[in-house]
Amino acid sequence: MAEQNIIDTTSERIPTVIADDVHIVYRVYGGNTGRGSATAALNRIVRRKPGAGVREVHAVKGVSFTAYRGQAIGLIGSNGSGKSTLLKAIAGLLPAERGKVYTDGQPSLLGVNAALMNDLTGEKNVMLGGLAMGMSREQIRERYQSIVDFSGINEKGDFITLPMRTYSSGMAARLRFSIAAAKDHDVLMIDEALATGDRAFQKRSEARIRELRKEAGTVFLVSHNNKSIRDTCDRVLWLERGELLMDGPTDEVVRAYEKETAR
Amino acid sequence: MSTVSETTHDSAVAMSAPPSADDGMPAADLARKYGLAVSGARPSLPEYARQLWARRHFIVAFSRAKLTAQYSQAKLGQVWQVATPLLNASVYYLIFGVLMQQSKGMGIGTYIPFLVTGVFVFTFTQSSAMAGVRSISGNLGLVRALHFPRAALPVSFALQQLQQLLYSMLVLFIFLLGFGHTPQPSWLLIVPVLTLQFVFNTGLAMILARLGSKTPDLAQLLPFIMRTWMYSSGVMYNLVEALKKAHSPHWLTTMLSANPAAVYIDLMRSALITSHKATKHIILPPHVWALAVGWALLLGIGGFVYFWKAEEQYGRG
Repeated sequence: MAEQNIIDTTSERIPTVIADDVHIVYRVYGGNTGRGSATAALNRIVRRKPGAGVREVHAVKGVSFTAYRGQAIGLIGSNGSGKSTLLKAIAGLLPAERGKVYTDGQPSLLGVNAALMNDLTGEKNVMLGGLAMGMSREQIRERYQSIVDFSGINEKGDFITLPMRTYSSGMAARLRFSIAAAKDHDVLMIDEALATGDRAFQKRSEARIRELRKEAGTVFLVSHNNKSIRDTCDRVLWLERGELLMDGPTDEVVRAYEKETAR
Repeated sequence: MSTVSETTHDSAVAMSAPPSADDGMPAADLARKYGLAVSGARPSLPEYARQLWARRHFIVAFSRAKLTAQYSQAKLGQVWQVATPLLNASVYYLIFGVLMQQSKGMGIGTYIPFLVTGVFVFTFTQSSAMAGVRSISGNLGLVRALHFPRAALPVSFALQQLQQLLYSMLVLFIFLLGFGHTPQPSWLLIVPVLTLQFVFNTGLAMILARLGSKTPDLAQLLPFIMRTWMYSSGVMYNLVEALKKAHSPHWLTTMLSANPAAVYIDLMRSALITSHKATKHIILPPHVWALAVGWALLLGIGGFVYFWKAEEQYGRG
């Protein structure tokens, strides 16, 4: 896998994602540190204290990089370092405060979880999730069986016709991943998806990610599992406190990261 | 966590790949050279409309899913789709028809359908507005996870309310027949009335969705605005008669009877309740169809453009 990519990247380097000094700021309502009572809130409004009730979280601070076709890029860093936020900005889901993200085609974030509804059957959720990702009804019908088979939901009986709220958390996560992975993407981003499910399912999903990577231009993977980063990625970005600390070949960056976190 | 030494940082940024002519080129030029587009930029209005149309299956599926999910935990399940409006109308019959014997001079047989029509038609607009104001702020997870024209959400919520209304109309037909109103050709007019009201509601939902995404507090305020609107639209009584009785100025009467909720309610009533007793109580304001079309176009188009203008900002916390 790794060798094949080096050949790809050396022949001609075609950029697929360019991040140019990207800053992302979240605005959180009700996150103020003052007392939470109604009178206290009113008092703040009356006194026109700046930013009453609003707090800004500067999640990503000036990150720049260029990703090329055929690369699989891992994102590492401690919790809250801005990895997932950066992925959302690349996908165009979170607007950048400053700076720009240029992309080739429409990058997709592997995460249909939010479109699914717990009160609906797994069957209906496959349809809904697929439509939410922009697939046509025919495409979903075509791939329906392979989605269900891949998720392994029906291995222990006819669970796909039951509401999702009756699923175990592992089963639900597996179905979510299977739906999301059913589509082909130009630029694919995966957020910790590999950590879900049992060992057999993890193996299946790793294989599927390698497949998607072959079809997709570029793959981004956020994970806290250094092993899955080593197995799937050839380049790693290390983010810490919203800043890009290191950008380089997997071995080099992961080793430095492990050295840092071991302390 | 301490920082990594500067030397590691610098050497790592220079990738191990061979140098190329593109190195050192500014990001914007590089992007232009390879035809990359700014991620999350707002598409043009026709392009946006096209994208929205391409997602029509998702809009329909999402609205249906929301509708069925509503009652999926109940034992009677989807029976509640019809049972809820039926109980709603029955309460009005019990209070106004049986206990208070109030008929505003129309007779119970006309007043109850008159009242129920008003309540159902107004509820259609009211619930579309309430769902609309939360359609972005209540679905941030979805907005931040997937790419689709955001207008799909308010449209989908308005569509869900339309489906809910169709169940209510079924109940209304039962009441009309029960009170001895026979189906008339004029009943067919409910199709254009509902279509226009749906366009109006969708536009309203889109406007409120944008406002609600910036100011979530609006969701707390809206119920009071909606109630004020309800009382000034003649849901429970004949608006013009009541205003005349109170010696209100002429301009106020004109203004209130031209408000969209009153227009759609009056049109629906005059289409459904055609008995002789009712005709003098259901007074359509002048140019009522022009008003109905005008409100629908104004809100439908205006709301769509207004919503589109902030397309790239939805999802920011």
